[in-house]
Amino acid sequence: MSIDQDTARRVAKLARIKVEEDALPALAQEFNTILGFIEQLGEVDVEGVEPMVSVTPMRLKRREDVVTDGGMQDKILSNAPDAREGFFAVPKVVE
Amino acid sequence: MSDLTKLTLAAARDALRKGDTTSVELTEACLKAIDAADLLNAFVHKTPDIAMERAKAADARLQAGDAPAMCGLPIGIKDLFCTKGVASQAASRILEGFRPEYESTVSQQLIDAGAVMLGKLNMDEFAMGSSNETSCYGNVINPWRVGADGAALTPGGSSGGSAAAVAADLCLAATGTDTGGSIRQPAAFTGITGIKPTYGRCSRWGIVAFASSLDQAGPMTRDVRDAAIMLQAMCGHDPKDSTSAELAVPDFEAALTGDIRGKTIGIPREYRMEGMPAEIEALWTRGREMLADAGAKITDISLPHTKYALPAYYVIAPAEASSNLARYDGVRYGHRAKLAQGDGITEMYEKTRAEGFGPEVRRRVMVGTYVLSAGFYDAYYNRARRVRALIKRDFDEVFAQGIDAILTPATPSAAFELGKEMSDPVEMYLNDVFTVTVNLAGLPGISVPAGLDAQGLPLGLQLIGRPWEEADLLNTAYALERAAGFVAKPAKWW
Repeated sequence: MSIDQDTARRVAKLARIKVEEDALPALAQEFNTILGFIEQLGEVDVEGVEPMVSVTPMRLKRREDVVTDGGMQDKILSNAPDAREGFFAVPKVVE
Repeated sequence: MSDLTKLTLAAARDALRKGDTTSVELTEACLKAIDAADLLNAFVHKTPDIAMERAKAADARLQAGDAPAMCGLPIGIKDLFCTKGVASQAASRILEGFRPEYESTVSQQLIDAGAVMLGKLNMDEFAMGSSNETSCYGNVINPWRVGADGAALTPGGSSGGSAAAVAADLCLAATGTDTGGSIRQPAAFTGITGIKPTYGRCSRWGIVAFASSLDQAGPMTRDVRDAAIMLQAMCGHDPKDSTSAELAVPDFEAALTGDIRGKTIGIPREYRMEGMPAEIEALWTRGREMLADAGAKITDISLPHTKYALPAYYVIAPAEASSNLARYDGVRYGHRAKLAQGDGITEMYEKTRAEGFGPEVRRRVMVGTYVLSAGFYDAYYNRARRVRALIKRDFDEVFAQGIDAILTPATPSAAFELGKEMSDPVEMYLNDVFTVTVNLAGLPGISVPAGLDAQGLPLGLQLIGRPWEEADLLNTAYALERAAGFVAKPAKWW
């Protein structure tokens, strides 16, 4: 499996990380090195083996679906790069 | 008392209780040592005011005879832990300026135990690295070096700041986190002790997430007794982390008898790697002899899927990271890129993340995105999770055969020169070859300093225990520590 520049561009887009056009060949090369390393997994016989979900046999606990916390708008917004009138502010999303 | 900063947690605790010193004296000595060690770049956010305030409160509690387990003991906290009102940025530009409104469960438990936070410690960005070279704060320098003017060495990673600070006597102990070896490898590179407990022992709440199914916090300390004391304070059930185990925490320090007669120690043949340095091989043999002399039975064992642990890890960890790091979008906290005229929300995400993440983090997020993308999910991610199940099964089988602990080298080499392995990510990944299996199987593992190489650099041995049996593992490590008699310290040059 070899990754070309188009795939590298697509992955960067999916990951929402801007990669300049001239950096794509090097990025594709890096992906290929890492994926080459990962390819070894193809040698393992995994027939009949379930993919691991939880490393310790535990049931995730459930709790009652009720409000347990809240009323701290100021704290929630205190680290926002841009907060206005009690909301997070972002560039225009809907035309 | 002289050399306050060199004390173990246990010695300082006892001195405080006897009234031989005070927490204020201890804390002031550490703060002074920290200020004199900026060259090491271990402490990246110093918190002297918080430290002095907590030290005074600790002295009052000691006086009143109401001292909890770690009362008055000055420690460092890895930058990955959220600490209320104190910069917590996982050594990433993307969390620049972030001051959490809350305290992580583990650091809160340490506060409750009376420990005094001296500041935040450098690390690899988002704990992704094995040499502390991916940090937005710059490299940490290992206090150990070869000769009087040897080249700057890595302290290991990702908990490199924690390891360097404990080894250089800047704090008595420090917190670390371990996703693929990030406590045990830097501990080995700096001649200190580091334990990663069983997955689920320590709450992950408030620790910046890297790979949630692998991440665990643990202590980095001068010796095994200190590891027992500090681990005790750090672990326990937390309703805020659904994977934290609802199990009683035994008294770890009380388990340290040093008596390991009748225990069975396994030596996994697959850990004898091709091209392994002779010194590591010799240290491993010595470790085996030391445990045998202490009365343990040594048995050769096989963990057949060991070879596939690193490739499985480099699918699973990036996959989980790509999901966890999706939250850094420039909206709720941290860095937001300056936008050009006409830029919309997508450009904001893309520019923010390109500027905020360093190269290794970008690489792993994108690899993770790729292995989870449509058409590759089964071939990579599900296959890696199946291999992970087989790796865990290997351990289950040897434990079922009566093995109590497994002895391996901690690292494939001693500390290497900064800059030496940065060019090749896969070569860097090989650092974790002996430690990463333990995370994949969710087991407890401890690195104990066991000797020096020909150049005078520390080397560690790793012991791997049964799930939830940290007490027994610590006791075996204690026996190994006593037999190894490692007392070397780096000569001060900073």
